[in-house]
Amino acid sequence: MPRYEYRRFGYTTPPELSGGRPRDYKVAIVGAGPIGLALAIDLALKGVASVVLDDNDVVSIGSRAICWAKRTLEIFDRLGVGERMVEKGITWKVGRVYHRDRELYAFDLLPEAGHKMPAFINLQQYYVEQYLVDRARDFPELVDLRFKNNVIGIENSNSGATIKLETPDGTYNLAADYVVACDGARSPIRSMLGLEFRGQLFEERFLIADIEMQADFPADRRFWFEPTFHEGESALLHKQPDDIYRIDLQLGWDADPEEEKKPEKVIPRIKAIVGERPFEIDWVSVYTFQCSRLERFVHGRVIFAGDSAHVVSPFGARGGNGGIQDVDALGWRLAAVVKGEASEGIFERYNAERVHGADENIKNSARTTNFMTPKSDMEKMMRRAVLDLAAEMPFARRLINSGRLSVPCSLERFYNRHLSAAPLPPGRVAVDAPLEKNGEDTWLLSELDAGFTLVSFGGGAGPAIAGVRHMSVGADHGDLIDRRGFALDRYGTRLSYLFRPDQHICAVFRKPTEEYVRAVVDKELGR
Amino acid sequence: MGDFADDRLGTAGDDFYEALLEAHKGLSFEKSAALNARLVLILANRIGDLETLSAALTAARGSKE
Ligand SMILES: Cc1cc2nc3c(=O)[nH]c(=O)nc-3n(C[C@H](O)[C@H](O)[C@H](O)COP(=O)(O)OP(=O)(O)OC[C@H]3O[C@@H](n4cnc5c(N)ncnc54)[C@H](O)[C@@H]3O)c2cc1C
Repeated sequence: MPRYEYRRFGYTTPPELSGGRPRDYKVAIVGAGPIGLALAIDLALKGVASVVLDDNDVVSIGSRAICWAKRTLEIFDRLGVGERMVEKGITWKVGRVYHRDRELYAFDLLPEAGHKMPAFINLQQYYVEQYLVDRARDFPELVDLRFKNNVIGIENSNSGATIKLETPDGTYNLAADYVVACDGARSPIRSMLGLEFRGQLFEERFLIADIEMQADFPADRRFWFEPTFHEGESALLHKQPDDIYRIDLQLGWDADPEEEKKPEKVIPRIKAIVGERPFEIDWVSVYTFQCSRLERFVHGRVIFAGDSAHVVSPFGARGGNGGIQDVDALGWRLAAVVKGEASEGIFERYNAERVHGADENIKNSARTTNFMTPKSDMEKMMRRAVLDLAAEMPFARRLINSGRLSVPCSLERFYNRHLSAAPLPPGRVAVDAPLEKNGEDTWLLSELDAGFTLVSFGGGAGPAIAGVRHMSVGADHGDLIDRRGFALDRYGTRLSYLFRPDQHICAVFRKPTEEYVRAVVDKELGR
Repeated sequence: MGDFADDRLGTAGDDFYEALLEAHKGLSFEKSAALNARLVLILANRIGDLETLSAALTAARGSKE
């Protein structure tokens, strides 16, 4: 398999430095990582222009995100890149947990049928970023991608923010109504605004290696506690496209990161896992992880999303996947505010929802990392008891924590549950289902692709409301036909669900009158 | 052993494990062992049924050191 070929995106002199007339920027996005790029596409799909500024001109290099969760793939699908990613990625849903050389149990992350997207794919971050850049370029009028534009200063005010940029042609200032800081874990914008990033640093080092090798290893995620092939506490193995495998090895806190990266140290460690098969090292790093976040994600006209707002240790794949959920929660709100359809106050709700999401991700990632790094003899003994009991007692398997993998964040706490008969309460993200539309196969989520949508399950008319689409789902008649029964099973019948533009349920009605529906939409938009 | 093997904590399992480690935090090994001993007694009383407790003892002994 040919390995990924890094190509420079190229630099063009910005209009500000080539004598063009100054423009009026509504949204400036700092950082063309997965989060910044996804946000620019989401805004473009809603007709809102943005300028994306990145100090670099190439995709992410080295061993970074590989596991993309179902919800992320659903969001990517809404952005128009989900299918391409699934096609290239390695699909998996089973995780296997071993103690020494014995398999303790396996878990299935998507045991039911009737979903367009799989539980997980593995796809190197460089592919994800490249596909997002390709997609962003479908909107030349709406996404202004500027590589080698390094943000070196920022001034925040009540009516906008001005950023100072450094380019190969010199420096310039750019004023925007809103600046979204997607500038990663070391966020320069965070530092420039003097914001504190607080959390827990784990005293442990991990060797993370990507190797190229011909092998028929399964796509399953495989995790070992106290592996027989490595003297450290744990090992993790993942398969990626292009015959690349990701190996994470726990090294202990005393390991010397520089020493550990040397081929003479790395090669024997890998040989111990893969045996005598030939392999080539693609990338090796030694990482230390932390779980931290900003106290608030919204600071006047500067909004944080992705790693700039929160970072986690990677064992639940909650970093990038959490960041993409930020995009989901921010895109429609930012678009609505910029278009004058919503009040600025709704960013407070973005803040509350995503701080909640980040806390959930931090809690789960920290617990996993703590389980992987026992800090005292008693912690070690306790973990040993869990592993010993797990072989025979299923309850103990649930206590083994090799990663609580990324799931959609539920927003139930932000809504009142007023209809207890509804199988899905407000706050939950829509559950997909296969449907038929005009004789063609479709998916529920593919139909919830823009704006607020009211869906009547089991048929029924909906009120005509400006800005709210209505459709009906029925077993044999309606706008969408539920031939296989998944949708009616998941949503119930004679119930109408109102979905936000990010596919979250915001209300469930027996009788969706114009007045009720409008009131909910107005509240969401802060009107 | 069926009854003991079943999962009754569900997702609260992670909450419990975290709370357990928290309770032990900063204790010497001996103090930790003493905490575990008290915990066993408190839980035994809470279960309050000798037959169940005997079966639990057997199940715990049965699994290897
Ligand atoms: C070893 C490892 C494994 C991981 N595995 C997973 C996984 O399996 N699944 C998962 O979901 N997540 C995973 N993550 C986390 C994931 O990589 C991050 O969460 C993700 O990259 C965050 O995206 P982002 O766009 O917020 O930030 P980044 O990807 O860091 O992008 C930030 C961008 O901002 C740019 N920038 C920075 N400063 C400036 C500046 N001054 N001016 C202009 N531009 C600037 C940078 O060049 C960069 O392009 C992993 C991370 C690591 C380290």
